Amino acid sequence: MRARRADWLPPVVILVGVLFFWEAAVRAFDVPHYVLPGPLLIAETFRKDSALLLSSLAVTLRITLIALFFAALGGAILAFIMSWSRWLERSLMPYAIVAQVTPIVAIAPLIILWLEDDAALVLCAWIVAFFPVLANTMAGLKSADPNLHALFRLYGAKRWQVQSWLEAPSALPYFLAGLKISGGLSLIGAVVAEFVAGTGGAATGLAYRILEAGYRLQIPRLFAALVLLSVAGIAIYAIIGWVSARLMARSGLSIP
Amino acid sequence: MTAPLVRLRNIGRTFEDGTRALGNVSVDVADGEIVTLLGPSGCGKSTLLRIVAGLDEPTEGTVDWPDGTPSVGDTGFVFQDPTLLPWASVRENIYLPFRIRGVSREAARDAIDRTLALVGLTDFAGRFPRQLSGGMRMRVSVARALATGPRLLLMDEPFAALDEMTRHRLNDDLLRIQAERGCTILFVTHSIYEAVYLSHRVCVMSERPGRVAEDIAIDLAWPRTPEMRTDAGFAAICRRVSEALAEGVPA
Repeated sequence: MRARRADWLPPVVILVGVLFFWEAAVRAFDVPHYVLPGPLLIAETFRKDSALLLSSLAVTLRITLIALFFAALGGAILAFIMSWSRWLERSLMPYAIVAQVTPIVAIAPLIILWLEDDAALVLCAWIVAFFPVLANTMAGLKSADPNLHALFRLYGAKRWQVQSWLEAPSALPYFLAGLKISGGLSLIGAVVAEFVAGTGGAATGLAYRILEAGYRLQIPRLFAALVLLSVAGIAIYAIIGWVSARLMARSGLSIP
Repeated sequence: MTAPLVRLRNIGRTFEDGTRALGNVSVDVADGEIVTLLGPSGCGKSTLLRIVAGLDEPTEGTVDWPDGTPSVGDTGFVFQDPTLLPWASVRENIYLPFRIRGVSREAARDAIDRTLALVGLTDFAGRFPRQLSGGMRMRVSVARALATGPRLLLMDEPFAALDEMTRHRLNDDLLRIQAERGCTILFVTHSIYEAVYLSHRVCVMSERPGRVAEDIAIDLAWPRTPEMRTDAGFAAICRRVSEALAEGVPA
């Protein structure tokens, strides 16, 4: 799949334009670099601090990916369990919603108090990330054509056959759509948890670098870390999108 | 006259919301016969078909099988939409009824190959449904219903969404297949021409609550040929069926 010029050109033009005016404004008004560094200084800082920043990114990414893996797994398994009966759905769903609507910053301190460093961060990121997979997969499991259900019934299909040959494949596009949202959310969850854990923990992730740079007024480094963070988020989104498209094409499905 | 394959007696169906879809329908379908249920939308003809398939229960009346209740695979059902698994190839879609019954791909291969040849899809076995035209998708659907060698084929407006040329071709193919396989067909349509062309008998149904207003034997020679569609005799029968339909449906 080749990206068309019309797709990538406009955002690139905007980016270049914004960077140019930013740099020009910083120079024209003589803005001190501890208030707002120009893009060139940020790039220079990134080059200088790249070893430190990239190793921090690796820490944050590890937490993010572990959380995302369990969000995908847990969300899908929970959705299956709830699809077994209305009764199970009614008993479990309220708790999933509670976990979803409670701000993670409010419960993160407790989780960090109770669990080991890494486990606490993963759990926080997981709580933020699992719900889109769960909700989407549940919708997907119910999305199969009623006539296909009738067909399975006509041939005397058992519950497990309907689930694995009809409901699960029907849910795949929905699951992947949920996963795309969860990818970004698990990064946000990991960063928020690192922020809360702050300098108190053994944290060395990107969020910790941002906090640290903020305290020390190393604003160019703070910006470099921020840029790295959003690049990582975009990369996660793009990779999940690419894998989804491949999976869908192979299974003859189209995106709902 | 032998005993009918299936005997519907005083079938009524009232839905949970109080809608009365069917009121007192009695129809016999003989072995090897093609019977069409013809009626306006919402006259309950699809409901009747689902009741015969065992997908729905009548609230009144009985469905009798003089030769014994059919077992799984004895009844094939073709829906109005092709109703295929979009992620499965043509071959896998036709394999589905076997797979549900625990038949291996190896054991089902012969039956699937024969059915693919019957509907003219041998070269398309590896395609996905979205790579096929509407008419070909419908052929896959018919093939799936036929693959298990059913005695009774239930078809719920299967060709309604197709263009006229494709529909004519599929009508002819269906008659050829029926002659070859000797299965009984209960066919639902709202096209008078299709009903007359395909059937031994046309049961004209009235508006909701549906019942059989008139049971018309179609006095046309077999095998039916495309030339008959423009024949005066064909037109006369269509007019008769049309009048019967108009009586059951105050406009």
